[in-house]
Amino acid sequence: MSISATTPEQAPLGRRIKRFMSDYPLVPLIILLVLLVLVLNIIQPGILNQRWVGNTIKFAIPLALMAGCQTMTMLTGGIDLSVGTAATMAAFIVATQGAIHDPATAMLMALVPALCIGFVNGIGVGVFRVHPLIMTLGTSLIGVGCLQVYQRTVIASGAKVPDFLIWLGTGVTWGFPNALLLFIPVAALLIFIQKRTGFGRLLYAIGDNERATRLAGVKYWQVILALYMFSSLLAGVMGLLYMGLIRAPSLSLAEPLVLTSVAAAVIGGTSIFGGRGSYTGTIVGALILQVMITLLTVLQMPEGARRMLFGAIILAVTAAYLRIIDDK
Amino acid sequence: MATEPLLDATGVAKRYGAVAALKNASLTLRPGEVHALMGANGAGKSTLVKILTGAIPANAGRILVRGQERDIRSPAKARQAGLVPVYQEPSLIPDLDVLSNLRLTQTPVEPFRHWIKELGVPDLDLRDLARDVPLAIQRVLDLARALAVEPDVMLLDEMTAALPANLAERVLDVVKRQSQTGRSVIFISHRFVEIAALCDRATVLRDGATVGVVDIEPGIEEKIVELMLGAKVEKQRVAQKKATEGAAPVDGSTRIAVRNLKVGTKLQDVSFDLKDGEVAGVVALEGQGQDELFAALAGSIRPDGGTIEVDGKAVRFTHPVDAIEKGIAYVPGDRSEALAMQQSVRENIALPFSAAFRNWGPIAKRREDATVQSAIERLQIDTRAQREVQRLSGGNQQKVTIARWIAADARTLLCFDPTRGIDVGTKQEIYKLLRQLAGQGKSVLFYTSELEEVQLVCDRAIVIFGGKVVDVLPVEIADEPALTRAAYGLPRDAKADVGILAEPHAAPEAQP
Amino acid sequence: MMRILRQQGWIAGLLVLFVLLFIAARVIQPSYGAGDFGSLVSAVLPFAFAVAAQTVVVIAGGIDLSVAAMMAVTSVTAAALMAGASEEFALLVVPFVLLMGFALGALNGILIVVTRVPDIVVTLATLFMLQGAALLILPAPGGGSADWLRSLIFGTVPLPVLPAAVTAWFPKALLLLVVLLCIVWIPLKRSRLGLSIYAIGSNELAAFRSGVPVARTKILAYAIGGLFGAMGGLSLTMSTGIGAPIPGPYLMASVAAVVLGGVVLGGGKGGLLGPIIAVFVLRLARTVLTLLAIDPNVTAIVEGTILVAVVMFGAFIAMRSRQS
Repeated sequence: MSISATTPEQAPLGRRIKRFMSDYPLVPLIILLVLLVLVLNIIQPGILNQRWVGNTIKFAIPLALMAGCQTMTMLTGGIDLSVGTAATMAAFIVATQGAIHDPATAMLMALVPALCIGFVNGIGVGVFRVHPLIMTLGTSLIGVGCLQVYQRTVIASGAKVPDFLIWLGTGVTWGFPNALLLFIPVAALLIFIQKRTGFGRLLYAIGDNERATRLAGVKYWQVILALYMFSSLLAGVMGLLYMGLIRAPSLSLAEPLVLTSVAAAVIGGTSIFGGRGSYTGTIVGALILQVMITLLTVLQMPEGARRMLFGAIILAVTAAYLRIIDDK
Repeated sequence: MATEPLLDATGVAKRYGAVAALKNASLTLRPGEVHALMGANGAGKSTLVKILTGAIPANAGRILVRGQERDIRSPAKARQAGLVPVYQEPSLIPDLDVLSNLRLTQTPVEPFRHWIKELGVPDLDLRDLARDVPLAIQRVLDLARALAVEPDVMLLDEMTAALPANLAERVLDVVKRQSQTGRSVIFISHRFVEIAALCDRATVLRDGATVGVVDIEPGIEEKIVELMLGAKVEKQRVAQKKATEGAAPVDGSTRIAVRNLKVGTKLQDVSFDLKDGEVAGVVALEGQGQDELFAALAGSIRPDGGTIEVDGKAVRFTHPVDAIEKGIAYVPGDRSEALAMQQSVRENIALPFSAAFRNWGPIAKRREDATVQSAIERLQIDTRAQREVQRLSGGNQQKVTIARWIAADARTLLCFDPTRGIDVGTKQEIYKLLRQLAGQGKSVLFYTSELEEVQLVCDRAIVIFGGKVVDVLPVEIADEPALTRAAYGLPRDAKADVGILAEPHAAPEAQP
Repeated sequence: MMRILRQQGWIAGLLVLFVLLFIAARVIQPSYGAGDFGSLVSAVLPFAFAVAAQTVVVIAGGIDLSVAAMMAVTSVTAAALMAGASEEFALLVVPFVLLMGFALGALNGILIVVTRVPDIVVTLATLFMLQGAALLILPAPGGGSADWLRSLIFGTVPLPVLPAAVTAWFPKALLLLVVLLCIVWIPLKRSRLGLSIYAIGSNELAAFRSGVPVARTKILAYAIGGLFGAMGGLSLTMSTGIGAPIPGPYLMASVAAVVLGGVVLGGGKGGLLGPIIAVFVLRLARTVLTLLAIDPNVTAIVEGTILVAVVMFGAFIAMRSRQS
């Protein structure tokens, strides 16, 4: 009955494991990553070489960027399913406008619709309190419609992906993908926002206990609006990079990555209920998924099995996190 | 045969994690009696009722209905066993019409019609949605629904609260007559008048255990108050003297002036002043409008009437941030309301610093460290488990919620039962801290459900009953018995002297 | 009393809106008539079942994001089973697929009850799983459908006593829709289960205290949603003759029609009629836009905007009713 808090030594084993998992979520993740790579190497000996590592990283980066959107929104207990559309819009516009304008202008133009989507999301979620899932799904529908209309207006002008984006997306310097030049600063920025800014602190606090933040004087809608605009902007940037990587504009370019990005954030230890998680975990999560995708390809698993697996992962991991949060 | 109890519960216990809500409760119900269940806030009344009605399972104890052990682990099964509750919050489904509500609980319609007529609700269309029926009538319908299934035992939780006088009278009348048919009623009420008029016996709970069963007879109120409080009054007198000596005489200027404040149906008409350098106690039984009062002052809800003035200027709070900008901070009793449980101590304390848009940028680590650290030291928060606030003990969690506003340098604290469920040591520290704050010219509005705290901390006690201020007691006379009487709406000039109440009394166990 | 009036008024308002839109269609294109009405109904059919599925779940206080994927998986199952099979075999396929929808819906409910994960997350996960399952069954659009099954929704109801000009306004698809919805909904609405579904959506605590088995009711609500989803899937196979593994745009449309139909997100309120009329209104609005010779892609934008606006409005109403 003293004032002391329970220390891990006193707790039973199950609880200690839970605590360890929630304090150091990166450790089991990295173990899992290494295990997956080892399994891959056993199934297909010799696959582990510099080229494969470079390729894995190259494809993991767009995924990790998009998972960054999910991480940020999930911290508040939200989710952003419009990132696929935002990214595709940015990619499609940069490719088509790249044929008319100089690359810098094209890229700036490409980010505007993404920001618009984020703005509408933010208003819907923050002010009208629509569930983020429904809201972002709705805006992504509208976005796809707009893109289709846009496509018809530019059908004649052709497409040209700016060389800079291709260099960034596909180039390799001294064995390292050039995309890291974009990714490392962006990742650093995300981690900095999460750990060292007032805004980041509010994201965690809102996801943890929105009522408490209200009592502390936080205006929910301001944070949410800024958050969803940021998320869409990030998705737009990701779209630009992805355009450089894929090089063929299409109307569903980034859409297949949406589900995977949710899974990456969830695996990386971000709680879908909010208040818990970090971008570092998400990056590892994205790598794990990329390796898993290779593994499933090597095993010749069809696309359907992959989706089922990802769905099951999201559910299982969420249920597991629920148990950890219940730790009281 | 006739003396076999209808309901016989012994040794009932319920734990929530480490907290024992009910330790050893017993309740025996004779056929045909109206039995009052009494106890101070937190004594375990509602937990016992929930167990008896199948809403929650008990951890221990034996419950016999008509001498048989029955399965009452769900509300449906409790109903089948003949235990039917009427809760304080009506349990009619708001979006179903009355008829469907009857069907849902398999209540026969004709007896129901009979009872609503008896209860004085003449014109009711059974096709009306429950949500369109006024709240008071809903409670009567809930009662009629219970009566219509002719249960062995009916549990009435604060049945007459919020009923207009004429309806309440009819209800009491019907309940009284009901008992003449050999069925029994458990009656929970804060109103001595009703209990005296209606009940045959009373079971008194204190700290989760049954401490006495008494026959209701004239003058029994004092005995019941005594049982509810226990034999701890004398010791308190000694301690409180010391604490009040340190209290600075209140002569500060008026910080907050509340006039005729009205919020919803609970808070009717409340006026008082809170001065700089004062700790004003608020005392009330559960649900008398104190929650609404604090929420209105904190800017969480908008009042429906009356005014709030801060430093002589009228204010209208639309968001807690408005109150915070005026230096008014709210410390809720339920710590899970104020804390981001998965975040660290530091993040919780510094949360208000980031609230405004202009403070969303990089955190000035060093300055924040200094502020947070000094608040932690001032409250002596045990920071060994500071990574996640949910791992702190309850006392330390509460300290964090207060430290947040010490760090933010709030001028007024609205503390809503801040010592609920925390250890004695921390309580003492919080008392000391609140007195210190008052000594620095800050003001504190302090609601407490533990009445002995009033004389330890406060300069005076504002007593609210039925949404209105019924008394303001100077601290010298605001001892537990006096506050209890006042909180139950009894007049101040009580019959018994404190000395008598404080005497140890025999037979705390249940009488046969 | 007022509430009932308002509820019926809402439905009446939707009907008026539908008639106005119909008149608008006639004005824009005078030849718009019975045949077009028939094609409107067959276009509405899968949407209507999706809406019915969503309605039951939303009334119970939940939401089912997996509804479109449920339709896809049941549709491909039916198409795959019927491909090249005899006409009689389809008699077995139909009940099997309906049962499958019921079971998969119940699985949604069980996962929600057991894992205690919020419905929106669970059904998001099952959305992906069902999508994956659909792709495993048929990697690309294909399969087949029994002819008698297809003939159920094409053409009009032959009513010998009435002249052809009148029967032309009674497409078989409408009859099928009405019959199937009524078979499930009317007994449900009258049963204690139906009451319980409203009860848990309206106030779960009060329902629990009234003796409603909350977990079982929730599971059954999702199961019935799954059953309607399977009907939607079958109707897709019937109208196209094949099964497509990629879910159609039924999720947003179902949520929007539910909200527009007077069922409050959060549960307890409304009925099936409102959302069904609402889905007709939404489809007809699309037709009118098309008749106005607006680019179909612009129509998609307008439609999306309407859906989002309706959902925002619904969330706003739900927020207000929570506050009061």
